[in-house]
Amino acid sequence: MKRIKTLETKNLKQSAMNGGCGECQTSCQSASKTSCSVINQKCEQEKIK
Amino acid sequence: MIHQFKKDGYNIVIDNNSGSIHSVDELAYDIIHSYSSLFVLKNNKNKEESIFDEKNKEVLNNIISEIVSKHSADQSDILETIEDIETLISEGKLFSEDDFSSIAQTLKQKMGTLKAICLHVAHDCNMDCQYCFAGKGHYSGDKGLMKLDIAKKAIDFLIANSGNRRNLEVDFFGGEPLLNWELCKETVKYARKIEKEHNKNFRFTLTTNGLLVNDEVIDFSNENMCNVVLSLDGRKETNDRMRKTKSGGGTYDLVLEKFKKFAEKRGHKDYYVRGTFTKNNLDFAKDLIHMADLGFKELSIEPVVTSDDVNYAIDEADVDKIMENYDILTKEMNERAGKENSFNFYHYDIDFMKGTCVAKRVAGCGVGTEYLAITPEGDIYPCHQFVGDEEYLLGNLETGIVNFEKKREFEEVSVYSREDCIDCFAKLYCSGGCCANSYHTHGTILKTHSLSCTLQKKRVENSIAMEIKKLDEEDRI
Repeated sequence: MKRIKTLETKNLKQSAMNGGCGECQTSCQSASKTSCSVINQKCEQEKIK
Repeated sequence: MIHQFKKDGYNIVIDNNSGSIHSVDELAYDIIHSYSSLFVLKNNKNKEESIFDEKNKEVLNNIISEIVSKHSADQSDILETIEDIETLISEGKLFSEDDFSSIAQTLKQKMGTLKAICLHVAHDCNMDCQYCFAGKGHYSGDKGLMKLDIAKKAIDFLIANSGNRRNLEVDFFGGEPLLNWELCKETVKYARKIEKEHNKNFRFTLTTNGLLVNDEVIDFSNENMCNVVLSLDGRKETNDRMRKTKSGGGTYDLVLEKFKKFAEKRGHKDYYVRGTFTKNNLDFAKDLIHMADLGFKELSIEPVVTSDDVNYAIDEADVDKIMENYDILTKEMNERAGKENSFNFYHYDIDFMKGTCVAKRVAGCGVGTEYLAITPEGDIYPCHQFVGDEEYLLGNLETGIVNFEKKREFEEVSVYSREDCIDCFAKLYCSGGCCANSYHTHGTILKTHSLSCTLQKKRVENSIAMEIKKLDEEDRI
């Protein structure tokens, strides 16, 4: 598209079906103990691909 | 629903429900804005409906005339852009419908199995930090150190309640966990000894103020801890204003070289140097840059969590200064990108392609479900920030969880159960924020902490702009 560039991002709809394995790190186990940083975690399934 | 903003020369459009992100030029930016104000929000446009349909002729003409009056583009150019927008709508990447509100509770349940504990091995501290949310380490209760039989029971409890989760996490926390270091090591050994027979993989984190760090702590931690969190607030004057010894002295000089050695021997991987900023250092970007200049690569800093009546509490009047500092940080990180002195900021670290699934984004941090805090006496709380609040005592290691009413609150909370979040563009980035912050402000976990929301949205915008800039400069977008 001439005027619109779209980033490649995770397909959230698909992740609703395939995701939710719960093997990823909890956010308070990383650097936050006073905020909710779910977006700053990595997907465990993506790590092992 | 979409969110539009401009940052560092980029015009950015986020499609809130699909998570799609677009970098557009001025013309497309304004046409998309016209769409949201003239068409989509008013008429609930669906994917099958086109703006080129006869019944929408008037709306299309309104958009074109609005854009022509502002831009010098010719009509064919505008129509071509509108066609592109229609394509994105049909692909579900713009003005997409919310596919998750109706399945939010199902997604939440998927994430409802215990997998992590915050193990309060020491309700005591050898520092006297002025802003400590843990009541100087003992959470308004008795001082005490966890005994090994409690720690082992906590490990057993975690395994027994973790269902088919394989990766289990334990954070050695306090107070100051190094006051009970031998117990930490014995707990690691115990968990390692039994993890295979239960088909589990333990991941340990140590959060420390650094005073008792020595070579033995560093070597054991670097061998056994998946993550270490080293508490430092930045510049010496910033750190020493709040992070004091028991006798009132500063701690910067006491911990800095230890932290440098810790990070260096870890190969600068899987650690954070983490600080807290207060009203006293709203110029916290300088603190982060200072720590980067010391050689630390993985940094985080968070706003202080405290009551409004203390003189270092952050309030709405501080927002502009805080925003300015997030922008200073962004600029500095952009300038250092790819160079030897580059560094990462935890809250800007978003993997847009390989990040978390929507179940996690809807469910939130896991407080009270996936994640529990366990005190030295073996009492169980939803998380470290609820420890000491008898209303939120869920049970103990002898009885298991018995306060089912409170537990249910956490089983049911998701970003879709928080009214404040429904129309927020950042809802799938922060899941509604910290439940404890909401509770301590409003007396319920179902609301939000508005100042935290403002800062969270700013951090999300900045991290998206940084990603676009990086991809643009690498010619990958």
